[in-house]
Amino acid sequence: MSAQAGPDAKHGSANSARGGNKGIKEVGADRKEKTQGRSATLLIVPTMVVLAVVILYPVINAIIMSLEHDQGLDPVTGTFVAGGFAGLSNYAHWLFQQCTDPSGATVSCPPGTLGAQFWGATGVTFFFTVVTVFFETILGFWMALIMARAFRGRSVLRAAVLVPWAIPTAVTAKLWFFIFAFDGIVNTVLNTSILWTGSEGPARAAIIIADVWKTTPFMALLILAGLQMIPADIYEAAKVDGASTWQRFKLITLPLVKPALMVAILFRVLDALRMYDLPAIMTGGANGTTTLSILVVNQIRIGFNSAAALSTITFLIIFIVAFIFVRFLGANAVESASGGAKGKIK
Amino acid sequence: MSTLTQTSTEHAAAAKNVALRRNRWASSRTYISAAIIVIWCLLPFYWMVVTAFRDVGYTFDPTPFFTHVTLDNFATAFSSEMGNHLDRALLNSLFISGVTTVVALLFGIFAAYALARLNFRGKFLVLGLILGASMFPGVAIVTPLFQLFTNINWVGTYQAMIIPNISFVLPLTVYTLTSFFREMPWELEEAARIDGCTAGQAFRKVIMPLAAPAVFTTAILAFIAAWNEYLIASILSNDATQTVTVAIASFAGSQPHQEPYTAVMAAGTVVTIPLVVLVLIFQRKIVSGLTAGAVK
Repeated sequence: MSAQAGPDAKHGSANSARGGNKGIKEVGADRKEKTQGRSATLLIVPTMVVLAVVILYPVINAIIMSLEHDQGLDPVTGTFVAGGFAGLSNYAHWLFQQCTDPSGATVSCPPGTLGAQFWGATGVTFFFTVVTVFFETILGFWMALIMARAFRGRSVLRAAVLVPWAIPTAVTAKLWFFIFAFDGIVNTVLNTSILWTGSEGPARAAIIIADVWKTTPFMALLILAGLQMIPADIYEAAKVDGASTWQRFKLITLPLVKPALMVAILFRVLDALRMYDLPAIMTGGANGTTTLSILVVNQIRIGFNSAAALSTITFLIIFIVAFIFVRFLGANAVESASGGAKGKIK
Repeated sequence: MSTLTQTSTEHAAAAKNVALRRNRWASSRTYISAAIIVIWCLLPFYWMVVTAFRDVGYTFDPTPFFTHVTLDNFATAFSSEMGNHLDRALLNSLFISGVTTVVALLFGIFAAYALARLNFRGKFLVLGLILGASMFPGVAIVTPLFQLFTNINWVGTYQAMIIPNISFVLPLTVYTLTSFFREMPWELEEAARIDGCTAGQAFRKVIMPLAAPAVFTTAILAFIAAWNEYLIASILSNDATQTVTVAIASFAGSQPHQEPYTAVMAAGTVVTIPLVVLVLIFQRKIVSGLTAGAVK
């Protein structure tokens, strides 16, 4: 109970502090805003410059690189998607599986080459994303509901939940690789002899289980934080009015936890779309487990420019998914990060 | 309540009994669920530790508790004759994650202070950019950086891994600290000033002690994020600068051509136990830091 009371008390004081600031601000609002703006700029610019150097510069570099490949090749214009600017052949290589044969002509990529794997890898990436996030949401919600209850030993539960989260993904991959080994514990306990990483279905299942194990706790904690922002008196009032447990869940918990839930799902989706460590270590991308990130890394070793195009495509895919989430599904991470969601709920 | 029960009719007593039984049933259900979650979360980890201490000859022994206990696997994990440089990898990871954390905090503290405390135009935009940056896919920057670092001969250097690490640790640092700072009782600073402290004294004696736990928690989260990084390190490191995650992924055992499961589990245990201990000690803080950026 004290864990719940703690943050709530803090919220209270933070709110009053904000209220106090507002009062002071109104006195000399204009001047204060100006000086605050100036010092804010000074404080924030260094971070933005660093981020520009480590993110923006490489991204722009990647886009330039992606346009430089195969300058001599005459692109089959007309079939291209956006734009129409020169040197999109690298993108066509991935999107339309166009390769160049030794004579210089454009042919469709022979099966087995990296170029032929793009749509497969995209499908695998989305498959992993949808399936893992689905299970993580269901399991995470259930875990959060249990963790939100007041019972003795709750801190043990919360501590245990953090263990999978703290283990590095590379170690997680090796651990589950061992658990799913042919002579491993899963086959022993189930009395089966499945080559888990040897064929498509089991390999994907193994990766999904490992990912769900590793990341559900994060989901659960985000949902739990959302649950704890729901004031208890709403439940009391509903109880008095005779609402059943299911009604309370459906009509109070779900709608009120939705902002936090959507942000949690957004975070997990974006994270799952760049999944690399688990499949790279558990299967090396074999047996239908090559994600987009693995394809990029494989391509880096062959050619920078096609890799740059592919990484740009990957980035765009993730960006579009994030955009859809924020625009149409109402996952507003920025607003809730700046305290907006809290205001809305209360 | 007690007077009520004393004067209650039999009917009411029966109703109370039902409620009590239902209560007991609900609470035992809670405990069963909690136990399932705890077992699900800890069992694989437990299995790693058990295997780490198990003789290589009994790698696939399904006995669920410690049997054939040996420290050989740890010796293998650290054995440079077999090509495992776990000690060196640990130092590399420690250095890379440490520098990444310090640099991210140096920049992040100021940005977070401004975002939490000051009013300025474009605040939402900055927050959005930083949150977006933290969601940025590592593969998108690793291609150009690999070419760039190849050209200037940086592949395999520490900075070649620290610089890309900053790209996701700094945003994480900023938004975690921002939400911590937003909840701090800043009015104490003004109170100290009114009581006659100089700005410097108020900062040193009031703000610093208050902010220290927030900064420390953020440092742990940043360090863990950098420590767990694999993709960038697997491409931009060489044998000498390998991090632990890369080292574990490419491990050699005592018997050639055999997957060295027990040694890998030993290495995994070495790498994980400090994190787990750290996380358990600072459990409550870490949970609030982890969820801070997203929900509060």
